[in-house]
Amino acid sequence: MKRSLRGAVAILGTGMAGLGDCGGMTEQEIIAQAAHKAVAASGLVMAQIDGIITSSLTSPWWVMRMAEYLGIQPTFSDSTMFGGSSFIADLKVAAMAIEAGLCEHVLVCYGANPRSVPSSSQINQMRAALDPQPFEHPYKPFNPVSSYALAASRHMHEYGTTRQQLAEVAVAARKWAQRNPEAFMREPLTIDEVLSSKPISDPLTLRDCCLVTDGAGAFVVSSAKRARDLHAKPVYVLGTGHAHWHRQISCMPDLTVTPALQSGRLAFEEAGLTPGDIDVVQLYDAFTINPILFLEDLGFCAKGEGGAFVSGGRIAPGGDFPMNTNGGGLSFGHPGMYSIFLVIEAVAQLRGDCGDRQVDKADVALVHGNGGVLSSQATAILSHSV
Amino acid sequence: MTACESMPNLQREAVASAERFYFDSLARGQFMIPRCSSCQKFHFYPRVICPHCGADTLLWCAASGEGVVYATTTVRGKAGSHNVCLVDLQEGPRMMSSVVDLDDHAQAQIGMKVLASIRQVDGAPLLVFVAAGDRT
Repeated sequence: MKRSLRGAVAILGTGMAGLGDCGGMTEQEIIAQAAHKAVAASGLVMAQIDGIITSSLTSPWWVMRMAEYLGIQPTFSDSTMFGGSSFIADLKVAAMAIEAGLCEHVLVCYGANPRSVPSSSQINQMRAALDPQPFEHPYKPFNPVSSYALAASRHMHEYGTTRQQLAEVAVAARKWAQRNPEAFMREPLTIDEVLSSKPISDPLTLRDCCLVTDGAGAFVVSSAKRARDLHAKPVYVLGTGHAHWHRQISCMPDLTVTPALQSGRLAFEEAGLTPGDIDVVQLYDAFTINPILFLEDLGFCAKGEGGAFVSGGRIAPGGDFPMNTNGGGLSFGHPGMYSIFLVIEAVAQLRGDCGDRQVDKADVALVHGNGGVLSSQATAILSHSV
Repeated sequence: MTACESMPNLQREAVASAERFYFDSLARGQFMIPRCSSCQKFHFYPRVICPHCGADTLLWCAASGEGVVYATTTVRGKAGSHNVCLVDLQEGPRMMSSVVDLDDHAQAQIGMKVLASIRQVDGAPLLVFVAAGDRT
């Protein structure tokens, strides 16, 4: 029988560094800065960190490099690559490690600098060569965009979802970003501007796609019992779920149904909650089609109704469904893998730390990360009380 | 049903990679897809173990080449645009491919009937599709 980890662990301090353009600092440097902030905000010193989880889009040795850089000798570490969903999937791993008594304080951290130090074409070719996809690469999809464009095409075909509805997601994200001084793109954005921006892979345009920015994020996970002694406002992990059904888009059984269906169900079951109990959601918006799919699969609306759900400013500031309140990957920032920032924003909302963008009632938050090409889906439900 | 040939015995043949057999077949001008002799289902991309039932007794079959476009996108590159699509094969499996020989990429539509064609692209044989009725 599956053992529930409901409320077993809590998130303590969080930290960010090198947001937007870090001026050419290395990835390890900005991650170390974010990690230092998160550890200090947890009432801890780095030497007390005995667990670490991090991963990289490039280096398979990343967790050893980061532990070395931070000067720690962990008794638990993990570096499993779940793409952009990793740092939400890691919440379950951290909870399992802590509950098993393998460590007390797990540092989850990630960062990258693709804006100020763009990958060389050599590194991009190397990444493709190290993850060969001989049944897709010869057709030259511009991935990841093209895979999400295929999913968007199918959703539009089956459910009548429109490009305007996709654009609503980008416009709402921008409106939230305008309330967040740390967001990278804060200029006004209209539906028409999204529709008429540069076509990338039909039906998606440049403004349907997340940003490419620098940035690092980190948070510390500890047992709920220790958390109460260390932090004035621990944020408890009430439920987690993780699922993956494919790696390549051609192997996704139904392009309109993501494994969020499964990850969401698992997270809600463990938390003992339903979508109606959630006050604020942070959904990985790598592309505008993503939140539409996730709102459906997580049960916030019926399959096919995601486009209508996000329309009319409902997910924008002042709407009745606060979503991606930091501005999202579309307007806040997106350094390759983004889900660590979903957790950090949800924690800030639950603590009432969000200033102009603070949601009135923020007792329970849902974070949902996506990795690969709708491949890996990780959901977590967080609250300031158990 | 087109006759299927047994996959080379994986225990004895040095070159028994399903992936390699597929591309070698394309080089010979044949579009072959694997079918499980246990559960009878086709699968794609080709594997050495049936992803439906786990059996390792697979047969290679000449595909009908008939398919329907399941999803489609026009990739807008600096050097021009090209189609990338997912095609549901008449035999059941889905694959990534490209609809070629269209006057306008917008003509590639979901639900469109297509036929397989083997073309040389970047010095290697590639399985693409043309609109049904425009067999080349």
